[in-house]
Amino acid sequence: MSRIAAKFASLKKEGRAGFVTFVTAGDPDLATSSKILAGLAGAGADMIELGMPFSDPMADGPAVQASSLRALNSGANMKQTLAMVRTFRQSDDATPIILMGYFNPIYAYGTDKFVADAKAAGVDGLIVVDLPPEESELSKPTADAGLDFIFLATPTSDDKRLPAIVKHASGFLYYVAIAGITGTRSADTDAVASALVRLRKHTKLPIAVGFGIKTPENAAQMAKSADAVVVGSALVEKLREGLDANDRPTASCVDGVLEFARDLAKGVRSVSK
Amino acid sequence: MNNPSQTLPLANSFRNGPDETGHFGIYGGRYVAETLMPLILDVDRAYNEVKDDTAFRAELAGYLSSYVGRPTPLYYAKRMSEKLGGAKIFFKREDLNHTGAHKVNNCMGQILLARRMGKTRIIAETGAGMHGVATATVCALFDVPCTIYMGATDIERQAPNVMRMKMLGAEVKPVTSGSATLKDAMNDALRDWVANVSDTYYIIGTVAGPHPYPTMVRDFQSVIGDETRKQMQELEGRLPDSVVACIGGGSNAMGIFHPFLDDPSVRLIATEAAGEGIETGKHAASLSAGAPGVLHGNRTYLLQDADGQITEAHSISAGLDYPGIGPEHSWLHDIGRVEYVSITDKEAVDAYQACTRTEGIIPALESSHAVAHAMKIAGSLPKDHLMVVNMSGRGDKDLDSVGRWLADHDS
Repeated sequence: MSRIAAKFASLKKEGRAGFVTFVTAGDPDLATSSKILAGLAGAGADMIELGMPFSDPMADGPAVQASSLRALNSGANMKQTLAMVRTFRQSDDATPIILMGYFNPIYAYGTDKFVADAKAAGVDGLIVVDLPPEESELSKPTADAGLDFIFLATPTSDDKRLPAIVKHASGFLYYVAIAGITGTRSADTDAVASALVRLRKHTKLPIAVGFGIKTPENAAQMAKSADAVVVGSALVEKLREGLDANDRPTASCVDGVLEFARDLAKGVRSVSK
Repeated sequence: MNNPSQTLPLANSFRNGPDETGHFGIYGGRYVAETLMPLILDVDRAYNEVKDDTAFRAELAGYLSSYVGRPTPLYYAKRMSEKLGGAKIFFKREDLNHTGAHKVNNCMGQILLARRMGKTRIIAETGAGMHGVATATVCALFDVPCTIYMGATDIERQAPNVMRMKMLGAEVKPVTSGSATLKDAMNDALRDWVANVSDTYYIIGTVAGPHPYPTMVRDFQSVIGDETRKQMQELEGRLPDSVVACIGGGSNAMGIFHPFLDDPSVRLIATEAAGEGIETGKHAASLSAGAPGVLHGNRTYLLQDADGQITEAHSISAGLDYPGIGPEHSWLHDIGRVEYVSITDKEAVDAYQACTRTEGIIPALESSHAVAHAMKIAGSLPKDHLMVVNMSGRGDKDLDSVGRWLADHDS
């Protein structure tokens, strides 16, 4: 069983939703980012999305854009991102890691080589924001390698489109709670709950909900209907608050992020079902 | 022996692309976030409905003739031709369109489409500001609110166009992310669209972006090549021997080239911006110095580093300052149907001045890249060689940029 499937199975047994964190690999620098990555599971993250920095993150709001640029400015690249995962796996063989980002850095790395190296590093799944089902060129290579390719469904994905989306989806389905970019609007709990009812008619995969979830209270609300709750921009923003004027981490940077993750996890775990 | 390509001439046409999923060879496609996908499919459906619709075509043709001022002249640049001593040079005068550039051909087509789709708000990106001005103009004409995304760097170097857009009633949003130029403006326009899917239509200004934009913009701009073909036959009784056009995203070039793609006797030459020189790294020559990649919804040649990060383009011309190029150009480059060359800032500024003094026509800095290449090769061509240069826009907007460049390079 894959780490992702095992995690959802154990969440089901525990009778609660999962908590998924997003941080950008290499933000603000490799050392700080590695410390955050190493601490997230202990702070309550059930799964970790690790952003692959990209110069032009078109689906992301200002917080994630800035985090991508900070990472790139400190020398982040795909090899370093994969190395971070390899190091993480030496001490944690259970927490699923999902790489999230845009296609061009993967294409430049070489699609087949990327899939092989990601698998070898201990990556469990991929979310590639600008590869909709119409451009599903990574679906087969990832499936062959035993990596999950996680598709996004959005408020604009109607019943006509959903079958195409779930057809190649594996691991879980990622529901984008707002029509918009990351970290801007707040997600509407009721609208999401009814969307999930609709989505579950099309797939048996677990559904994670993200975009626009900012506080432990939001996270707890979402945890009632979602199988997992993703928080990204708010965590990245917390990281930024721990930087000095030159984007260098202050002494409290790592702890600030992990403390906030702990609060968010508490919110998610407060809901039992 | 039977050659199937002779009995079925269209089977090997260069004009059949893209395939139904929007690919020209490996280029093009629809690399967008899922939120946008249903919209892109809507635009595709709507465009397919109108493109051969007689009423739509008549409406568009009516506006192009009475409002835009088409057909634009094909002008024989006698003094320049004689001075260079070779080819007979003609200018396709897109600078004489209402708003001063070819951009309005496409904006007029897309606003009519947006209206048919029932969209009530328009967004657009702009580099030099010509597409922004053309968009703001058609939005004023049809009383539709519009928001134009423009890089902060470009706002500074194209101030007159910013004032024009505001006067026309557009909201101009400065974009400060990344290099604060055209690619970043396009990122922010896409972000706006994702957040306003129900009422908003995005008028992309060049032959790039997700399918159907590269095809749709090409089709709306092909009026340039269609007219040129007809006009040259009227003037000289035959087709031109060469056609030269500048490329940033590549819409004026695609528009003038496309009707000639299947005429092997017509040499098609596109000029990329070499900026301070390709060897300096400060340029916008995606085909000469880039590699295939995926950005802004399509696979195409991009300026990027080894890790797939998009690098900043540089050109004195804001309209060519883009690290990518339309996917059909990438395909035409790979199959060799179009020659892609590059022109430096200096060559463009020289051509800007030479054209102004010789013909009394101030070319846009973008178009000056095409003029510069014509000046480079015309002298070595026979006197009966007919060359068309696409004068894609007027250069009044660039007086400050050229003045600054000359002052900086005086010593």
